[in-house]
Amino acid sequence: MARSGETGVGGEDRRGTKRKSLADAPREDSEDGAAGSGAPEQPRPAAFPPGFSISEIKNKQRRHFMFVRWKQQQRKEKLAAKKKLKKEREALGDKAPPKPVPKTIENQRVYDETIVDPNDEEVAYDEATDEFASHFNRQTSPKILITTSDRPRGRTVRFCEQLSTVIPNSHVYYRRGLALKRIIPQCISRDFTDLIVINEDRKIPNGLVLSHLPHGPTAHFRMSSVRLRKEIKRKGKEPTQHSPEVILNNFTTRLGHSIGRMFASLFPHDPQFIGRQVATFHNQRDYIFFRFHRYLFKSEKKVGIQELGPRFTLKLRSLQKGTFDSKYGEYEWVHKVCIRMSDTS
Amino acid sequence: MVGKQTFPYSLTPPWKSPGGSIMAASARWNHVWVGSETGILKGVNLVRKQAVNFTEAAGRPSREEEVSALCWADAAESQILIGCANRTVKSFSTEEGKFLKSRCCPGGEGTFRGLAKHDGCLITCVESGILRVWPEDSSEHIKELSVGPSVCKMRQDPDRPHIVATGGKENSLKVWDLQGSSQEPIFRAKNVRNDWLNLRVPIWDQDIQFLPDSQKIVTCTGHHQVRVYDLASPQRRPVLEATYGEYPLMAMTLTPGGNSVVVGNTHGQLAEIDIRQGRLVCCLKGLAGSVRGLQCHPTQPILASCGLDRVLRVHRLREPRGLEHKVYLKSRLNCLLLSGRDNWEDEPQEPAPGPPEETETDELWASLEPVVSAAGAKRKQRAPEAQPGGKKRQSLGAQAPLPPLCK
Repeated sequence: MARSGETGVGGEDRRGTKRKSLADAPREDSEDGAAGSGAPEQPRPAAFPPGFSISEIKNKQRRHFMFVRWKQQQRKEKLAAKKKLKKEREALGDKAPPKPVPKTIENQRVYDETIVDPNDEEVAYDEATDEFASHFNRQTSPKILITTSDRPRGRTVRFCEQLSTVIPNSHVYYRRGLALKRIIPQCISRDFTDLIVINEDRKIPNGLVLSHLPHGPTAHFRMSSVRLRKEIKRKGKEPTQHSPEVILNNFTTRLGHSIGRMFASLFPHDPQFIGRQVATFHNQRDYIFFRFHRYLFKSEKKVGIQELGPRFTLKLRSLQKGTFDSKYGEYEWVHKVCIRMSDTS
Repeated sequence: MVGKQTFPYSLTPPWKSPGGSIMAASARWNHVWVGSETGILKGVNLVRKQAVNFTEAAGRPSREEEVSALCWADAAESQILIGCANRTVKSFSTEEGKFLKSRCCPGGEGTFRGLAKHDGCLITCVESGILRVWPEDSSEHIKELSVGPSVCKMRQDPDRPHIVATGGKENSLKVWDLQGSSQEPIFRAKNVRNDWLNLRVPIWDQDIQFLPDSQKIVTCTGHHQVRVYDLASPQRRPVLEATYGEYPLMAMTLTPGGNSVVVGNTHGQLAEIDIRQGRLVCCLKGLAGSVRGLQCHPTQPILASCGLDRVLRVHRLREPRGLEHKVYLKSRLNCLLLSGRDNWEDEPQEPAPGPPEETETDELWASLEPVVSAAGAKRKQRAPEAQPGGKKRQSLGAQAPLPPLCK
């Protein structure tokens, strides 16, 4: 009853759109009934004036009844149309026109002109000489410092510990109320190549600052849906000390390349395949999903995977040139919320 | 809306294009010249929607040749001077579309913070504060000034080219006369009064502009202030101060009217600020990263901006305000030069007047034949139209031999 009342009253905009189709729907139905059976068993409902909508019926029971009937009628028509189309396709056989491609968010996306062409000499040079070049040329090996915001609580502390088991050669330090700008020179003098800071709000980790040392860049992410190892169902046993493989999915734009290189430089050059562990950064609609798995080749075709955790989602908020300096630093990219113009490239 | 517009900008490097002559011929019609961090000079033609890379003969980008300053070598805009990070100044001919020569300008440390041409002499200023004047054909400098440490900008007065202004971090605005022999500036700004806590206000001048037809100078600072100094008044402190936003202002340019300036900051926010009252006039949207170069057209309300987001954007300041062009240029962009031609919207269709030019263009059409691109086909269609139009052009040429170029 409550539902029918709801649908009957409806939203203002819905009613407006329904009005037209409703006006003739019950009338058609009655005509069909008269023609099909031949015997007028039911009293013919009075023809409604054009522009009449079911929601104007004042009797609730009657309104509900009419609405249900209208809904059935709609469904019948839809199924019939589908059936007809299918028949037509079968009749045409091979000559049938190709099925229309369904609209998805992915294929409706506006084309980004910054998508990197692998043959592009200029971008290739730009990447070959950027701040991560020494890592990819195997001149440095990563050494990572993980710290938190001040006074981390249980979840954040455990998250840091689990993150340090994912990233080899990473060290978790207590922040001790130190300013990031004071930590960074000390990190550089101790040959750390990256700094990860986990920020928390009300015991929930909600931010991640990833800074490449010694010359930057610094990326600031919003972090959400953190699931610790304990909270994951059907998880595998504790990860081993082997350095994992890294999978970077969909980091195709110029900005994506910079971020992808940043993630790749967190992990050692040569993965130890014997560990069968893989860390995945999957980018979908500008959200980066992190998962950590162990895989097993069951047969030549089948692969089994086991999640080891933790898992979390990142969204880039800004990419800054140089090491962390939120006041005077130059930003390469800042996420801007535009309501009318959703284009921040 | 406007941000969604996509243009088929083609980035064809000249060393790969089929005919070098096409590039050379069209180079002079480019509207914007952009210097990138990878040492490439990019010419962008906004009407043809074309962007072309120019590098020296080797044709490869190199980070040592990062472009840090650009300026026109002459009023006719036939040559560009390019200051590179490895302390060389190259000259590039826009008419021929190639690099002419390069000279080394050593002295001091850091990159070029300003480049200017005056009376056949080249004026350079580096970050460590050495300002030098180099004559045309000698490798020795004739004048050297020490303008103080960590210079952020050196700017030449367009009305009186022997006057330059410098400013930087903890290095207040100074105005120098290069004609005199003194080592002292003709104007040295005084820092503003202490703030309400009686603390000293730090100095960080990021960009300087001279106001036309007056003795006034506008600066923008890393502490998000815009200040106006008046050289004619006895006061050495700024006569007007306005603030915008909360991030360092990186670049500034004068609008055509001369009543306001456009500033850009490290978060990619652009704002037009009235310098008579210090009021915010409007903001311009669309930028994603820090602004490095800004320039307005001298007469039209058109603003070009480039920066760390690797995109050149051309905004219209009035009627209607908004983004006009957006060109992705693949490298981080450091500085830009906007052509000062008046009727830059329609000029490039019309090749330069004169009979020798005609034959050259005929060759151009001939060389275009094998190209099977859509652009080539379009131009071929236009080719027969060009012959009847040619006479018209000649008569036009006789009337006005390239006046808009000299602007």
